[in-house]
Amino acid sequence: MPEDPATSSGGCEVIELSFVVNGEPVTLSSDVRVSLAEILRRDLRLTGTHLGCEHGSCGACTVIVDGLAVRSCLMLAAQAQGADVETVEGLARGDELDDLQAAFREHHALQCGFCTSGFLMSLTARLREGPVVSEFQAREALSGNICRCTGYVGLVDAVLSLAADSGKEPLK
Amino acid sequence: MSQVETTATRHVGTSMRRREDHRLLIGAGKFLDDLDFGACYEAAVLRSPYPSARIRSIAVERARQAPGVVAVFTAADLGPILQDLPPKVTHPSLNRQPRYPIAVDAVRYVGEPVAVAVASNRWLAEDALELIEVDYDLRPGVGSTASALAEGAPLVHEASDTNVAVHIVQQSGDPDAALRTAPHVLRDTFVITRGGGHSMEGRAVAARYDRAASQLTVWDATQTPHYVRHMLAALYGMTEDEIRLIAPADIGGGFGPKAQFYGEEALIPWIAMHLGATVKWIEDRWESFISSTMERSQTHRMEIGFDDDGRILVLKDVFEHDQGAYCVGLQVPTITMSTLPGPYKIPNIHSELIACYTNMVPTSSLRGAGRPQAVAATERMVDRIAEHLGLEPSEVRRRNLIQADEFPYAVGLRFRDGSPLTYDSGDYPALLDGALERIDVPAFRTEQAIARREGRFLGLGIGMFVEGSGLGPFEGARVRLTNAGRILVTLAASPQGQGYETVYAQLAADAIGVDIEHVEVRHGDTSTIPFGQGTFASRVTATAGPAVHEACLRLRAELLAAGAVALGVDPDDVTLGGSSVSVAWAPERTVTLQDLAAVSNMGRHGMSVDPRMPVAIEATAYFKPLRAVYTSGIYAAVVDVDVETGMVEVVRSVLGHDCGVVLNPMIVDGQMYGAFAHGIGNALYEEAAYDEDGQPLATSYLDYPLPTAMEVPRPELFHVVSPSPLNSLGVKGAGEGGLIPVPAAIANAVEDALRPFGGRVNRLPLTPARVLAAIQGTTRQ
Amino acid sequence: MKPAPFRYHLPATLQEALELLAELGDDAKVLAGGQSLLPMLGYRLTAPAHLVDIGGLSELRGWELDEAGLRIRAMARQREVELDPDIGLRFPILHAAIAHVAHAQIRNRGTVCGSVAHADPAAELPATMVALGATMVLERSGGRREVPAADFFQFHFTTAIETGELLTEVRIPSPRSGSTGTFLEISHRKGDFALVGVAATVVADGDRVAAARIVCAGVAPTPFVAVAAEQAVVGRVLDDATLLVAQYCASEGMSPTDDFHAEGAYRRQVAGVLVRRSLDVIRSQQGALSA
Ligand SMILES: Cc1cc2nc3c(=O)[nH]c(=O)nc-3n(C[C@H](O)[C@H](O)[C@H](O)COP(=O)(O)OP(=O)(O)OC[C@H]3O[C@@H](n4cnc5c(N)ncnc54)[C@H](O)[C@@H]3O)c2cc1C
Ligand code: FES
Ligand code: FES
Repeated sequence: MPEDPATSSGGCEVIELSFVVNGEPVTLSSDVRVSLAEILRRDLRLTGTHLGCEHGSCGACTVIVDGLAVRSCLMLAAQAQGADVETVEGLARGDELDDLQAAFREHHALQCGFCTSGFLMSLTARLREGPVVSEFQAREALSGNICRCTGYVGLVDAVLSLAADSGKEPLK
Repeated sequence: MSQVETTATRHVGTSMRRREDHRLLIGAGKFLDDLDFGACYEAAVLRSPYPSARIRSIAVERARQAPGVVAVFTAADLGPILQDLPPKVTHPSLNRQPRYPIAVDAVRYVGEPVAVAVASNRWLAEDALELIEVDYDLRPGVGSTASALAEGAPLVHEASDTNVAVHIVQQSGDPDAALRTAPHVLRDTFVITRGGGHSMEGRAVAARYDRAASQLTVWDATQTPHYVRHMLAALYGMTEDEIRLIAPADIGGGFGPKAQFYGEEALIPWIAMHLGATVKWIEDRWESFISSTMERSQTHRMEIGFDDDGRILVLKDVFEHDQGAYCVGLQVPTITMSTLPGPYKIPNIHSELIACYTNMVPTSSLRGAGRPQAVAATERMVDRIAEHLGLEPSEVRRRNLIQADEFPYAVGLRFRDGSPLTYDSGDYPALLDGALERIDVPAFRTEQAIARREGRFLGLGIGMFVEGSGLGPFEGARVRLTNAGRILVTLAASPQGQGYETVYAQLAADAIGVDIEHVEVRHGDTSTIPFGQGTFASRVTATAGPAVHEACLRLRAELLAAGAVALGVDPDDVTLGGSSVSVAWAPERTVTLQDLAAVSNMGRHGMSVDPRMPVAIEATAYFKPLRAVYTSGIYAAVVDVDVETGMVEVVRSVLGHDCGVVLNPMIVDGQMYGAFAHGIGNALYEEAAYDEDGQPLATSYLDYPLPTAMEVPRPELFHVVSPSPLNSLGVKGAGEGGLIPVPAAIANAVEDALRPFGGRVNRLPLTPARVLAAIQGTTRQ
Repeated sequence: MKPAPFRYHLPATLQEALELLAELGDDAKVLAGGQSLLPMLGYRLTAPAHLVDIGGLSELRGWELDEAGLRIRAMARQREVELDPDIGLRFPILHAAIAHVAHAQIRNRGTVCGSVAHADPAAELPATMVALGATMVLERSGGRREVPAADFFQFHFTTAIETGELLTEVRIPSPRSGSTGTFLEISHRKGDFALVGVAATVVADGDRVAAARIVCAGVAPTPFVAVAAEQAVVGRVLDDATLLVAQYCASEGMSPTDDFHAEGAYRRQVAGVLVRRSLDVIRSQQGALSA
């Protein structure tokens, strides 16, 4: 029978990695040719981070590394050594959606939901830099991620609703 | 007719927030590759790098020895399943050429599967592919319909003496005579190039075989689980019951390509059975670019005859359709044929299809399925009539529209389901008025004139369409009282983001008369409902909708009957509400659905029940639409063209739609917005370019620009509601209408902007280079 | 789309990195931000036996900004440079050019030097470096040399970097006083590589142009210096007529090839348009120049 995929990766050099994911320190060994996205999905079974293109274009794999939104498909897991990684699984408090997630639901910002975690992570990082108050700013903040289902209307509305709710105060 | 009134309507028609959202928002979606299959091999597919070649030999020994590899398969190892996969939709005159799950002795497009490596993970499987040596004997390829039809063209299928796959003509009236006598005739050629579906999740298949239970379980990110099961059963010589096909709860978009049946879907389950292990294959984006079906490429040669008032007398269109290397189905071009007349009264029509084999990925349905192309020919010609006669394009439309009192309207052609092309209901003048209320044409003309003087070039374009949706043959739903006293609705079709778990709960709760919290919806598992068709052609609301409704009404009757027995009163004396049945005149006397389930569904072992008591409370209904229902719509765009760079900015967008009764406005609007974005892609950005030989040139998103939030404007939506008389809910399809008119309208708008230059934009998408070439009177291909 | 196997090296010092590169020779590739290299590995367009990750080298982080100019070290991320207000003030053209590179999520990892080393003909930063008169600092084990940007780009995806060498720094001299610049581009979507891009810098002397550097991206295998357009503006007032002359001679000597995104003719024409527009932006920024 095949090996358990949770421990398998590639067929080349294996290294020890430690980093923090959603506040929890993790240590594991990884094949050096495995991306951060694959480590999250396969080894840590954090499957909310999706792979839509594996070449940096769609944004489905976006996670926050050391405070910055990045493509986890274009980062070797080895490059995350010692980093602080945040994924979509870290957003909600238990079963309670955070404000951005709730705004997505309220404004129908998702259909199939495959792109959703990438948008959430890009926006979470962006909103920490300051509020998004105009439609143009919202579109710019969304432009690094692709959604094939929604036509972006619900996404724009969700982001703008936060500015309205928070009296234009920066989030977090 | 409608029975929705059996209880107060509480949910249908409201924008209920979606039930599926929570899991997707917290990262707990259940997309195929998110499922934990435990120990599982992974497959990678070796694909042809050549558009056309004979295979002399394939050497796999080195690959079989590679680390972690458990097996490598080529056609030579797959005898039993090397069967011709039938097209999904065919025609008696189709020049049918075999399509096998994997290349047998020739390859006919870049991306065609040649071998499969199975290893302990995807990295090792891909490593193994590099060790497979294929000796190809290269042949010249065919990279367009024009070259497919050229004198002495290389043959895509050597067994045939032509590249023509099918040649079909449909006529009404006497088009040739009408063209001879029409006071005005205009002709032109319009081209739409290839584009893809690009669901964010690619295709995916996993399978495992349980020998003890003789059960093959297949997980497939498909829009059509029953169709796949049917194909597999036929291919493997198994009964349907031996195959359980599960479309996971979450599918990351479909848009058509996931409603086809592919070689990989035939190969992976067979390999899993053969190896006695779980095997999965996840299409990566590169594979998606070169192996998922595409659409759109057609060349239309259109002639239109009209009188001095702009009344259309005759429409003649001869179009080439690029079928790709194999015929996966003829649905797309046959839909194009019947979409050409649109919302207009046209007494004489000639619609002629020449579908060709080419050395490119097979084409098949993609959101819009053949309709945007038809609209991008007819609607362009309607604008040319206006230009020719010096009329406002909207006025030419007004003069030709079918009126609201003329339904049912027989066009005189046939739709692709074989039924006469008869529009069921609609109000096309109301759509046009709705758009013109929002875009004031005279005011725009003034603005346009002023802008031109300042060197800014604005244009207004309109596109209208009629879309056959809600296709047969049937769709099913099963509704059951669960042992826990809840209502479980089971659908055969699997959604890819359309919110079935919410919409059908709304429908069921209203039809049965229970609180929606007590209703659950499941879908996409052939073991829970024996028959079904799937999600395609905007058909589900108009087919599964009535089926759910029908099943729920029957279930309601059973629940009332059971409640009456339990409460010891007449069935007429009970009511259903919340999650219980009570006596109408003594509401304190009630029995919960859970108590009813205990008696009716579980019973007491070996004890008799009251003979009047219904048992096994469930109802299954299949809805067979008589014929298609017809959604309609309009899109009006204002564009600003930078005539120095060819960049087009869409500055105003009005999208009007008539899909009959709307079950959940938020979800229907969401479908419109999403389809609209895809339309913007087809109009301005997306082109799956190939070179003359059939080599794909765009195999990453760096070369295939999918529109982002910066490119897709927010359209202003409006709805006209013409309920369909053909189903109990009055609903029609809503998934594609937001796309269909967009390329045509934007091309009309760009041409309107370029009127001072006389520029023609006949080839979509309108890339900056094409627009600039149009301005300069040079044509860019 | 999984990379072929390779060995991964994470040197701790520059010295160690250079020794590794010397030892591994052609079998090694430098890994900086990975935003071009990892997609290429995924598509298996390249399969180096060794990757030397320079992400761990603290001596290569960040930049130095002083009177002499700006020295951007190898691991300075595009977005850090973009967001630095002092750099934006002193080198507005650099700020404008970086903003056209992909999206924030990619610029958060991608490095300025990586883009320069990658030398994509449609990339913004190589043209910008030529326009800014930058110098590339190349180090090898036991050696170091400096190559002017104009000589550095040799062909598409080909630079003066030799086997064993690392681009450790891009040096941009302080702009002369009275100098200003801008970057304009046409791309399919925001964030895409340029169909055509123009990096233009102009030094004003009173109301006249004392010097100009106008460089186009996307029109040739390497950044294209629009010499004729430069000559058309030097010594002149930037009036409409001068701008038009610059537009029409910008493509002199330019022979872009056709591809499926656009013909060469399109690129030539649009290059001219962007040259005129960038000069227009410059004269509105630099009050003295607006005739
Ligand atoms: C979706 C997407 C869109 C993009 N859009 C654009 C765009 O619009 N414009 C644009 O310009 N770029 C774009 N890029 C590319 C991006 O700018 C890259 O970051 C950049 O080209 C490479 O920088 P890097 O640090 O990531 O280098 P890497 O990917 O790590 O390396 C790139 C190449 O340069 C070599 N290299 C890197 N650093 C050095 C060094 N210091 N010395 C010697 N060799 C070195 C590497 O060996 C490799 O061959 C895009 C990338 C993606 C994924
Ligand atoms: S999967 Fe990483 S950007 Fe698409
Ligand atoms: S919701 Fe499907 S891709 Fe965005």
